[in-house]
Amino acid sequence: MNRTVLDLWVGVFVAIGVAAVLFLALKVGNLASANIGETYRLQANFDNIGGLKPRAPVKSSGVVVGRVTEITFDPTLYVAVVKMDVDKRYVFPRDTFATILTSGLLGEQYIGFEVGGDTEMLAAGATITKTQSAVVLEKLISQFMFNKAAESPQAPEQ
Amino acid sequence: MIARVLRSMGARTLDGLWRLGFASRFFVAVLMRSGTAFSRFSLTIREVFSTGVLSLIIIMVSGFFVGLVLGLQGYETLQRYGSSEALGILVALSLVRELGPVVAGLLFASRAGSALTAEIGLMKTTEQLKAMDMMAVDPIARVVAPRFWGGVISMPLLAALFSMMGVFGAWFIGVVFIGVDDGAFWSQMQASVDFRYDIVNGIIKSVVFGFAVSLIAVFEGYDSAPTAEGVSRAITRTVVNSALTILALDFVLTSFMFRGNG
Repeated sequence: MNRTVLDLWVGVFVAIGVAAVLFLALKVGNLASANIGETYRLQANFDNIGGLKPRAPVKSSGVVVGRVTEITFDPTLYVAVVKMDVDKRYVFPRDTFATILTSGLLGEQYIGFEVGGDTEMLAAGATITKTQSAVVLEKLISQFMFNKAAESPQAPEQ
Repeated sequence: MIARVLRSMGARTLDGLWRLGFASRFFVAVLMRSGTAFSRFSLTIREVFSTGVLSLIIIMVSGFFVGLVLGLQGYETLQRYGSSEALGILVALSLVRELGPVVAGLLFASRAGSALTAEIGLMKTTEQLKAMDMMAVDPIARVVAPRFWGGVISMPLLAALFSMMGVFGAWFIGVVFIGVDDGAFWSQMQASVDFRYDIVNGIIKSVVFGFAVSLIAVFEGYDSAPTAEGVSRAITRTVVNSALTILALDFVLTSFMFRGNG
């Protein structure tokens, strides 16, 4: 085959191959939208993280502002230590409330920031003190059952 | 009787080990003499044409049909749980992580790998390789290395095309025909497909498969018995060994990449 025709075809092949990779990166993946640029590290201690996993989103008012990077267990305090990278553009007050929430009934778990009113802001490396653990369904159900059981004996007397 | 069985077992083991050693030395030799494949890059471009460009049609059509089937089957199951919008996630993740590299690799092995083996095997049978050697042209540098690198370059691009066509096929059946919401299809897909974790790992897989299939193809051709039967056996071995290697490597890579803690 003619050399120039061959080069042309290979060029076309490589071009559409690269276009396919770009398509996967930009349209299928979240390279464009969830690309968090400069970040700073925050830390929070939770009694119970439920099903939270690394790479889970950190949201404030429903907007993704960061990602969980590392989850470890602190053997002295017996709490889960969650480290997260938060976008440098966003700063949060010192009394921000970090809660583990679930998106939808069966969805993945994420950390929600409920912003407080403090004038001082969380610096890089700071620890969020106000946290609320994940809701464990079994505990909720057993609490409900105990409450019901505690109520029912009085019912016939009244 | 027992001695004979043991002897044949030993012979097979030694034979297998010998071939494995030969293949590794051959791989090193190809890598060491790849200079020509890059300094005279037109040689490699020719091979990219015959392995990559000529495989385009089969890869794209298969990718499209795999996407259509995934879209239909995925919708069938997901709509029972009322989450048919998750079709995009299902299709994109299964294609990008697994089906894209693996199925494209299998197709590549049977479409391009077998052709490579046949070409080199026939060159050996007709003593073209020896003739080159006599003219002080290194057949590994001139014939084998460009074909090897051509395959290595083509394979990741073909896998990416396969995944893209698959996603397009699923979009076509899901959104255009069945009527899944277009915005939900793409946005849910984008929300849960991570570039580094999913797409880059898929690309790494396809690169590894490219190396494996190209090496097996050129090695079997170079190692084939110089007869018509020998070449046909070599081609069979290329396809069988490539398929097995792809599936085994896929399991190993998957177990390293996706441990379920993401």
